[in-house]
Amino acid sequence: MIGMTDAASAGGASAASGVPSLWTVAAGAGDTLQAPSIEYGKLSPVLIVLGAAALGVLIDAFAPRRARYSAQLFVALAGLAAAFAAVIGLAASGAATTKAQIAGMGALAVDGPALFLQGTLLLVGIVGVFTFAERRLEPAAHGSRVDSFAAQPASVPGGEGEQQAVKAGWTTTEVFPLLMFAVGGMLLFPAANDLLTLFIALEVFSLPLYLLCALARRRRLLSQEAAVKYFLLGAFSSAFLLFGTALLYGYAGTVNYSSIARVVAGTDAVTDPVLADTTGNDALLLIGSALVVMGLLFKVGAVPFHMWTPDVYQGAPTPVTGFMAAATKVAAFGALLRLLYVVLPGLRWDWRPVMWGVAILTMLGGAVVAITQTDIKRLLAYSSIAHAGFLLAGVIATSEDGISSVLFYLAAYSFVTLGAFAVVTLVRDAGGEATHLSKWAGLGRRSPLLAAVFAVFLLAFAGIPLTSGFAGKFAVFKAAAEGGAGALVVVGVIASAIAAFFYLRVIVLMFFSEPRADGPSVAVPSAMTTSAIALGVVVTVVLGVAPQYFLDLAGQAGVFVR
Amino acid sequence: MIGLLVGVPLLGAAVLLCGGRRLDRGGHWLGTLLSAASFAIGAALFLSMLGKDAEDRAMHSKLFSWVPVEGFQADVAFQLDQLSMTFVLLITGVGTLIHIYSVGYMEHDPGRRRFFGYLNLFLAAMLLLVLADNFLLLYVGWEGVGLASYLLIGFWQHKPSAATAAKKAFLVNRVGDAGLAVAIFLMFTTFGSFAFAPVLSSTGEAGEGTLTAIGLMLLLAACGKSAQVPLQSWLGDAMEGPTPVSALIHAATMVTAGVYLITRSGAIFNGAPDAQLVVVVVGGVTLLFGAIVGCAKDDIKKALAGSTMSQIGYMILAAGLGPIGYAFAIMHLVTHGFFKAGLFLGAGSVMHGMNDEVDMRRYGGLRTHMPVTFVTFGLGYLAIIGFPGLSGFFSKDQIIEAAFGKGGTEGWILGAVTLLGAALTAYYMTRVMLMTFFGEKRWQPDAEGREPHPHESPKIMTIPMIVLAFGSVFAGGLFKAGDTFVDWLEPVTAFEHGHSPVSATAVTASTIVSLVLGVGVAWFQYGRKPVPAVAPRGSLLTRAARRDLLQDDFNHVVLVSGGTHLTRSLVYVDNKVVDGAVNGTAAGFGGLSGRLRRLQNGFARSYAVSMFGGAAVLIAATLLMRAV
Repeated sequence: MIGMTDAASAGGASAASGVPSLWTVAAGAGDTLQAPSIEYGKLSPVLIVLGAAALGVLIDAFAPRRARYSAQLFVALAGLAAAFAAVIGLAASGAATTKAQIAGMGALAVDGPALFLQGTLLLVGIVGVFTFAERRLEPAAHGSRVDSFAAQPASVPGGEGEQQAVKAGWTTTEVFPLLMFAVGGMLLFPAANDLLTLFIALEVFSLPLYLLCALARRRRLLSQEAAVKYFLLGAFSSAFLLFGTALLYGYAGTVNYSSIARVVAGTDAVTDPVLADTTGNDALLLIGSALVVMGLLFKVGAVPFHMWTPDVYQGAPTPVTGFMAAATKVAAFGALLRLLYVVLPGLRWDWRPVMWGVAILTMLGGAVVAITQTDIKRLLAYSSIAHAGFLLAGVIATSEDGISSVLFYLAAYSFVTLGAFAVVTLVRDAGGEATHLSKWAGLGRRSPLLAAVFAVFLLAFAGIPLTSGFAGKFAVFKAAAEGGAGALVVVGVIASAIAAFFYLRVIVLMFFSEPRADGPSVAVPSAMTTSAIALGVVVTVVLGVAPQYFLDLAGQAGVFVR
Repeated sequence: MIGLLVGVPLLGAAVLLCGGRRLDRGGHWLGTLLSAASFAIGAALFLSMLGKDAEDRAMHSKLFSWVPVEGFQADVAFQLDQLSMTFVLLITGVGTLIHIYSVGYMEHDPGRRRFFGYLNLFLAAMLLLVLADNFLLLYVGWEGVGLASYLLIGFWQHKPSAATAAKKAFLVNRVGDAGLAVAIFLMFTTFGSFAFAPVLSSTGEAGEGTLTAIGLMLLLAACGKSAQVPLQSWLGDAMEGPTPVSALIHAATMVTAGVYLITRSGAIFNGAPDAQLVVVVVGGVTLLFGAIVGCAKDDIKKALAGSTMSQIGYMILAAGLGPIGYAFAIMHLVTHGFFKAGLFLGAGSVMHGMNDEVDMRRYGGLRTHMPVTFVTFGLGYLAIIGFPGLSGFFSKDQIIEAAFGKGGTEGWILGAVTLLGAALTAYYMTRVMLMTFFGEKRWQPDAEGREPHPHESPKIMTIPMIVLAFGSVFAGGLFKAGDTFVDWLEPVTAFEHGHSPVSATAVTASTIVSLVLGVGVAWFQYGRKPVPAVAPRGSLLTRAARRDLLQDDFNHVVLVSGGTHLTRSLVYVDNKVVDGAVNGTAAGFGGLSGRLRRLQNGFARSYAVSMFGGAAVLIAATLLMRAV
């Protein structure tokens, strides 16, 4: 089997009885109650983050308003940093390679891809916290510095309550625990080793994101509309995923990944009499897997499940957009990879052609529609759709190179995205962020440094050599071509060419157009946003100039535990 | 040691060009000294070479690997054999003399340091060209001399004519350079190498077609550098450069690089008789072309330039004859290097004394005013027309004999052409001599109204002229006596005797007859009666020859307007077809984008429908895949 170790799985024993015992111990009425055995050390990154999130809730509940901001900031950063250290520690102890295993009674995998993506997610989370905590951009309201989030989200936009909250200088410090919960769910998502854990993780990170989308300080109606749309469509897609889970359970009599894979391969037979009518029914398998995959494709923003992306990206507060664009993609692609490589490898002659179609539609659709966008955030949203298509090309490779190239691409892409959205937060006029592209004309003359930095990000998006975007795209396309998807690579290159047009158009606009008289000004951020942008540039350039070390790292991590 | 030959003048160029103004005072002496040092090294190597057996004289020295790639080995390596040695001595020897001359000639020029820097750069590049042991490094030198030539023709770039001439020389040479590049590509694909030894020793393995192609491309290169028809047009204009440059680069050394290239690649031409035939034709045509142009020019330097073209035609023709001619081509090259450099220096000396006047119709009667120049120029004159006993006589006589020796109709035609060339040479050189040094004074004030006061040039200019005059007188005899020169080159160029249907004595006799004819006609026209100060209208041929036989008109009509039309049509195609396709594609995608964009209508319900439809298609496709 491609991309898997022969490591004995801890979950294997319990999985034979269907649902992992983690989900069934409580239901074993009459039997003696057995405590599940949890490998706390192996799961420490998730536990630390979720613990910090819970602590954040307590802080918001009990700490005085004045102290909340710094306390939340400290707890969030400390939690993420500690979790990152735990990931590094696990990787150093060999958990990513030789000692990869299934933990938590078969619910979670601790292996190379999981740890690589968790590390990436935690770094993205740290940068996300930086942009969330930025308080220099909005003009101070009545003497107190405020961030990009609504003063009192519960108040009616434009109403009395809002005015009072603004006057009082309130801020929504709940965003930090929300972000931490989202990160916690995202850490679980690519590590989930059964369909129920997958669903739980999905909800754990999605719900906070729905909320965060609604919290913009300015243009609140747009923000709330985006959140509602995101929530409705997200719930819709969750339903698909859950339904698919049910169908797969009906087929295999289990929700555990490796057990389903064994049933698909025919090495395990289901003996449960209750399921005698449905097991082994291929229609259930095919429909179920298609629905689960669809749920994940919604999260990565693949065509035709992408339509939420532009509206939500535009409406959400820009720091949230940046975090969401980067982190959701990392988590969802991790889960998609594991699903396709661990659960459905026996089915790859069925899903590959379908995924081909999705990838082509996604690459071309994202690139083509981006051409006519006039809002920078929507433009970046369509760009993220096109990039999802490129990533799908790597997923389709069904090889170890495919896994590692996608891992590398995700790491490279997420920092470019964070940096790019952080730049968007800085270009402002009286109405807040000036996101209409026409306002960016001539930015290169007024703020050459900022425009140059943004140009670096755009070049990385376009995949120009010496940026991380090129190294990532090259790795993905190479894996796809070697995996027999040459035609897909051709489409990918064409889509890249189309995409290059609108990226370069922004560069041309910034550097070769006359600045507008009523053009935006560039806010001077604090060290936090500055470091977010600087980190983006550094990662972009380092991964572009010397990608080999990181490619090797991703290559070592490119093996799923089974 | 061999590397030093190139390195010393290169160092000089670097120091002089980068050194800044503080070198303005003594820089010219530094350049001259380094040139002399290079000559000294060359002479030392020559002596050590003489001490060895003829077969062991070639020396090799590898400096470093330039491009060490599997399957593509390019080294910076030198090869000093008898052929290269001959060139080294000529280049550094004549080069040093001209450096010394230039100290006097360029005394009042503000750009003197730069001038000497360029001269040193030229020496380094030319030495690299003749010392390289592979065609790629030769190409570096080839381009290097082209660069130096460009810089020196346009040395007085404030004159538009000089700037244009430099550009013209550069452009025309590019055509030839492209030929050399293609030849090297062909060599690499055919032989897998471009070093002399493997390429030239394995020509037997390649087909004659390939060898012919390589030969013709090399010939194209030679035509560019050596101003042979059809790439001859730049040489006349190159006379815009300072006269020492004309003497060194555009008479004695660089323009003979084509002869070197053909001689060096002799093995290739020996295997490609068709290419050799083309070489001979090019040489013969240029021989007459240059001579006819030289007959009509009133500008002393342009007359000499025509003569140079014609004399190199002799050399190319000889080289095209194969092993019966290589040695004589090089021998004529060396003797020509002496007497033509001497003639140019003499012309420079005359200009020096005549307020930079170049029109011979405004000279006349200068022999009493400039005795040293007169005597040295006269000796050069006698040498070039092939006066018995002087250098040119021996070397040219040998070529004429070899031309007859080609055998058959070809031999008769070539012999006739070379004899006609000898007569024309005698005619135009006598004309130059008579118009400049004899007859009545036709001096006129220059554009600023200054009356000319002809005077002898300072010693620093006359001494190099005297040395070169010695070479003009004796070099040929030395080379000829006991076949010294032919024996010296034999290991490199492999000598064969031609089978002339005419006896050597008869050839010599007819050479002398044509010489007397040429001199006689010239004296009849320019010695017997006064020379008109304004050129008469002249015959159609004369008028054409004054316009360089319409070379520029031909180039203009055929190449310039042809090229203009070609680029216009290409621009049209680019604008309408290529850009049309590009813009059309872009517009197509833009339109598509605009339509697809409307799908994004902002309603969550439509989005949900899209997801639902997508899911349905996804499931259907998955099921379909299983069904298929």
